[in-house]
Amino acid sequence: MDGIFLQQMINGLTLGSVYGLIAIGYTMVYGIIGMINFAHGEVYMVSAYLAAIAIAVLGFFGVHSFPLVILGTLIFTIVVTGVYGFAIERIAYKPLRNSTRLAPLISAIGMSLILQNYVQLSQGARQQGIPTMLEGSLRLHVGEGFVMITYTKLFIIAAAIAGMLALTFIIQRTRLGRMCRATQQDRKMAQILGINTDRVISYVFVIGASMGALAGVLITLNYGTFDFYAGFIIGIKAFTAAVLGGIGSLPGAMLGGLILGVAEAQFSGMVNTDYKDVFSFSLLVLILIFRPQGLLGRPQVTKV
Amino acid sequence: MPHKSFNKGVLAFAVASAMSLSSFAYADVVIGVAGPMTGGNAAFGEQLWRGAEQAVADINAAGGINGEKIKLVKADDACEPKQAVAVANRLVDSDKAVAVVGHFCSSSTMPASEVYDEAGIISITPASTNPQVTERGLTGEFRMCGRDDQQGVVAGDYIVDTLKAKKVAVIHDKDTYGQGLADATKMELNKRGVKEVLYEGLTRGEKDFNALVTKIRSTGAEVVYFGGLHAEAGPLVRQMREQGVTAKFVSGDGIVTDEFVGTAGGAQYAKGVLMTFGADPRQIPDGKAVIEKFRANGYEPEGYTLYSYASIQTIAAAFAGAKSTEGAKASAWLKANPVSTVMGKKEFDAKGDLKVSDYVMYEWDDAGKYKQL
Repeated sequence: MDGIFLQQMINGLTLGSVYGLIAIGYTMVYGIIGMINFAHGEVYMVSAYLAAIAIAVLGFFGVHSFPLVILGTLIFTIVVTGVYGFAIERIAYKPLRNSTRLAPLISAIGMSLILQNYVQLSQGARQQGIPTMLEGSLRLHVGEGFVMITYTKLFIIAAAIAGMLALTFIIQRTRLGRMCRATQQDRKMAQILGINTDRVISYVFVIGASMGALAGVLITLNYGTFDFYAGFIIGIKAFTAAVLGGIGSLPGAMLGGLILGVAEAQFSGMVNTDYKDVFSFSLLVLILIFRPQGLLGRPQVTKV
Repeated sequence: MPHKSFNKGVLAFAVASAMSLSSFAYADVVIGVAGPMTGGNAAFGEQLWRGAEQAVADINAAGGINGEKIKLVKADDACEPKQAVAVANRLVDSDKAVAVVGHFCSSSTMPASEVYDEAGIISITPASTNPQVTERGLTGEFRMCGRDDQQGVVAGDYIVDTLKAKKVAVIHDKDTYGQGLADATKMELNKRGVKEVLYEGLTRGEKDFNALVTKIRSTGAEVVYFGGLHAEAGPLVRQMREQGVTAKFVSGDGIVTDEFVGTAGGAQYAKGVLMTFGADPRQIPDGKAVIEKFRANGYEPEGYTLYSYASIQTIAAAFAGAKSTEGAKASAWLKANPVSTVMGKKEFDAKGDLKVSDYVMYEWDDAGKYKQL
């Protein structure tokens, strides 16, 4: 039984770290311009296609060593997805910067439909698959049972942690991070003090998209299959994770992702798979009742 | 002002009548082909479309139905019940279809067939196997394939007799087709004295079933039966193998496409997977010439392609036999007369089901192909 519990923890943590990475995209954008970027799930989906293309192209040129393929794929996918993030912000959100709050939300939904249909038309609607890149797994004996972790899963957890650390470093220690934090706290004041807030917002979209791209590469490696609709469910889950952890808070997004992943895995293991989504959304409702700002979010202070 | 709006009214009327005239001008027999042309199951939609297209080309080349040419209209339901009703209405109202081949997913076929029945046209589903499809007393509803209560019996018996399994986990995808098939298999297993160790549903569209796989592992199941489609079956079987679950994986006709191997991450995971499907229509001698035609065009008529071809032949035979495209007459003719198709001679019973079903077990090999056992 111990082995089973531990295996479910690992299942939950891998899934959760991926949720967390995507949740970062939602939470950063919300933190800085107060809108929900519903197209973010689709950005992840696009990155899954880009990753598959990169792997295929590298394979075509005879690059087969796993570290090289992954490095090449990551660089290509993160850069191109970053460009997507930048372009989406320019086309769909920037022109609406000073309109009502609802306008960019509708625009985001439109953008998400455009991306879905664009990928469907250009890549076809079929299920896409990539061959397994990293075979083999680690088998640990725990008490009576055993735990099996594929090397791909270990890689996912490691890469997600690395991605988070890099992001924390950027936000806390660099000039760009300082500008981001300033813009988040008070956009108008930051502008008066000479920060080009429009550019900062663009950077935030690029960073969010890059994190989504990292998740896209990792998920594609792990599950090996995706289609143009893949961004929808995982986007909703990641958004839930962001709200759970406190939207606007970076550690919150990661924590929310992990909690959601582990809760889903343990609930399906102990109770029932049919109702795991019911359980995770009930959890969300409960947390929002007692902490409306989410676990690590800052409460909104309304000045009178 | 009043004068101006009067002009607009005349113009609108003219346009409207011109549009309705153009639809009267059709002389062709319009047949709709409805299925998941997009979405996760588009591979099956393509099978339906390819089969129908070839059938129409062949029939038109031989003179059409009662001297009229057949014209196909493609309709995409993406395996979504809501969208299925919308495209069904479009086929009936604006395309003036007199027959429909479709849909694919049982959950789409059922609501859509009610639209067709109300419009008084016949519809033949090449692939929807849920028993309820033909159990609702619709006059014009037929199917070219077997039923899940037949398929489930074949799978259940195979698990008990050949695999001799005592511990069976039954998994489904909470959809009309998947759960219906899983239930039919479960019922047969129980009848044969095997009680399932696990009965759970996963969510369509998700890719991570690791938690469920761990649970399967904890039950010690020797056989996992899955009622669902390849988009979920692939990742499920891969994650089972990755977690060291060696249980035999058995499923139904929802994974009959080469894409299954892709979604499973390669033939090393798909290898050894079993599935029930009608005896390979490509083995039936009647279809030899047609199969050659498909292959000459670089397309392998796998899965439901020939079922779709046979559906068009059946419609054509009914219209020719009844000397009318009226649903009620064509339906009565079909229930009384045998039809010779690319899949051999087919007869329908009063419900619109085939009189003979022929489910057999197939196995995926390590080259990513399936073979009849």
